[in-house]
Amino acid sequence: MKEKTKVSDIDRNIYDIKDEEKDAYRIEEGLTREIVEKLSKEKNDPDWMREFRLKALDIYNELQVPEWGPSIEGLNMDEIVTYVRPNTKMSAKWSEVPDDIKNTFDRLGIPEAERQSLAGVGAQYDSELVYHNVRKEVEEQGVIYTDMESALKGEYAEMVKEHFMKLVPPTDHKFAALHGAVWSGGSFVYVPPGVSVEIPLQSYFRLNAPGAGQFEHTLIIVDEGADLHFIEGCSAPKYNVANLHAGCVELFVGKGAKLRYSTIENWSKNMYNLNTKRAKVEENGRIEWVSGSFGSHVSYLYPMSVLNGKGARAEFTGVTFAGNDQNLDTGTKVIHNAENTSSYVNTRSISKDGGVSTFRSAVVITEKAKNSKSSVSCESLMVDNISRSDTIPAMDIRTRFADVGHEAKIGKISDDAVFYLMSRGLSEEEAKALIVSGFADNVSKELPVEYAVEMNNLIRLEMKGSIG
Amino acid sequence: MAENLLKVENLTVKVDEKEILHGINMEVNAGETHVIMGPNGAGKSTLGLAIMGNPKYTVSEGKISLDGEDITEEPANERAKKGLFLSFQAPIEVPGITLSEFLRNALQQRSDKRIKFWDFKKEVEENMELLDMDEKYLQRDLNVGFSGGEKKKAEVLQLLMIKPKLAILDETDSGLDVDAVKTVSKGISEYMKKCGGTLLIITHNTRILESLSVDKTHIIVKGKLAAEGDGSMVQKIIENGFAEFEK
Repeated sequence: MKEKTKVSDIDRNIYDIKDEEKDAYRIEEGLTREIVEKLSKEKNDPDWMREFRLKALDIYNELQVPEWGPSIEGLNMDEIVTYVRPNTKMSAKWSEVPDDIKNTFDRLGIPEAERQSLAGVGAQYDSELVYHNVRKEVEEQGVIYTDMESALKGEYAEMVKEHFMKLVPPTDHKFAALHGAVWSGGSFVYVPPGVSVEIPLQSYFRLNAPGAGQFEHTLIIVDEGADLHFIEGCSAPKYNVANLHAGCVELFVGKGAKLRYSTIENWSKNMYNLNTKRAKVEENGRIEWVSGSFGSHVSYLYPMSVLNGKGARAEFTGVTFAGNDQNLDTGTKVIHNAENTSSYVNTRSISKDGGVSTFRSAVVITEKAKNSKSSVSCESLMVDNISRSDTIPAMDIRTRFADVGHEAKIGKISDDAVFYLMSRGLSEEEAKALIVSGFADNVSKELPVEYAVEMNNLIRLEMKGSIG
Repeated sequence: MAENLLKVENLTVKVDEKEILHGINMEVNAGETHVIMGPNGAGKSTLGLAIMGNPKYTVSEGKISLDGEDITEEPANERAKKGLFLSFQAPIEVPGITLSEFLRNALQQRSDKRIKFWDFKKEVEENMELLDMDEKYLQRDLNVGFSGGEKKKAEVLQLLMIKPKLAILDETDSGLDVDAVKTVSKGISEYMKKCGGTLLIITHNTRILESLSVDKTHIIVKGKLAAEGDGSMVQKIIENGFAEFEK
């Protein structure tokens, strides 16, 4: 008699814990007009949004998948279930959140983060917000922090309509069109003029259903002279079916306003992360991107800053870590479209166990943008001989009156540094992990301490077992 | 009978297939101070690195024992935990970890108990005062942007905190001004006094040895032990050079 041997998956880490699937509702696989209409009805969209979705679907059907980046052949759009809603209603009380969902959040440390007096917590579980809590003082300052669905119908409906997918139109690329058609969930933030939000607002996204894509939309408007730090953290458990993330982030930074947008992404290793992020910055405004990309099978991620007013400024600080079977194509774009604008890009990428990490940047300085400055610096570290790292910087300068600099460095871990640390008692693995975390400290230094710790833990986890 | 703390037998070392050391023998007893001298390129640093276990330096023949235990095949971190220490000629800059965190991490590797922060702080501050080091260095990334002198002092600070059984000092005095040599030398005598340590000092001059009593001097020339003698040999070398050993 033959016996079947079952080999169970190796437990990667706490982020791989998956809960039993209990969907209240799930629409058929594949994407048709009927599905989009059904989804729109189910979500109780205003009319304009239903129209918007259908138009986006048409555009989606017309556009081709991009052919210039890492392969996304493993992604079969017909199999993507676009919408999975958890078995729960929006809730601001922790006690009302169902237990299995709560356990997941417990493991991810969300109540912990709240205890540490972080402001509003909007955590996305699959496609709906299940837990949402804006701290009183933030609300009292007139700051609006809500889920996109409520924003679409509430007091700020007009404002949402005015801005929704204006910065990232569905015509931008195929996955922006897809997003426009099937978007669901996400956050809306409005900071009124002159208001400075002292504590960072944060949201934690997580994908939990096999075959489910996630299409959350984030819209943030920081009005004149206001100041906000928004933190987006993502992690997802691992599945065998290809998963797609095609979210969209639109940031409007007013005159003299400042927005810092921080992200730590740790998508599961089968995820296709095709996210689009863009910020428009008015006169003397400032956008600061802090971005850590660790997970996913394939990523296309290039947050873009449009410097539209005089003296506007963009900073981009990023780290990308590509391990086994990962192809992460990340970077940033900056459009200088007014005088005296400036941009600073500082990125690090790490590749290991055959991972591929590509840095791609585009800086455009238009004729109007006289006396603008741009400085791009990227460093790559390859942990072994089988990994790969590429740098593709592009610059398009249309005025003579610009100051532009670019610097790229590619290197390997120094054996002398490893030996030095080992001679003090650290194991080879610890020594390498320490060097890699140190290499990524451009980002960790910019993050709030609990996120910096999490990022260093991620690096340690990724570096484990790298000694063969 | 007391075992040698360090015993090096017929040590033959290659780097990239090129033999640098050709059968070195050396015995160091606990509590002693030994000096290694020799012309540039003779293999002194190679000896230190091979004893510490740098994987670039392949031991093709011979044996290294610490406390009677063969450590020839052990990785550097295991040797460190068994009580070996090497003060680097050119300490490496490691961004991302502060000197303070690094010291605590290194100490924690050697202890089962959690190291109490206040005990650590008190001890490190005392040692830094002795070494005339600004406490601000604790919060700076390990060796990053330190001057040559501060790097060497940071090595001696590690020595005083880690308290190894045997410390190899590879030109810890080179590139230092007169005052800094004095300070570093004070730190090294403190290690001998307080920790009952053992020293193997690679050096070109006597200033660092002033407050120490040297038990033995080894002269290495062209990867071989050319001569051995007592402490007085150091002064003779300084005066006459290595010419007589180079034949």
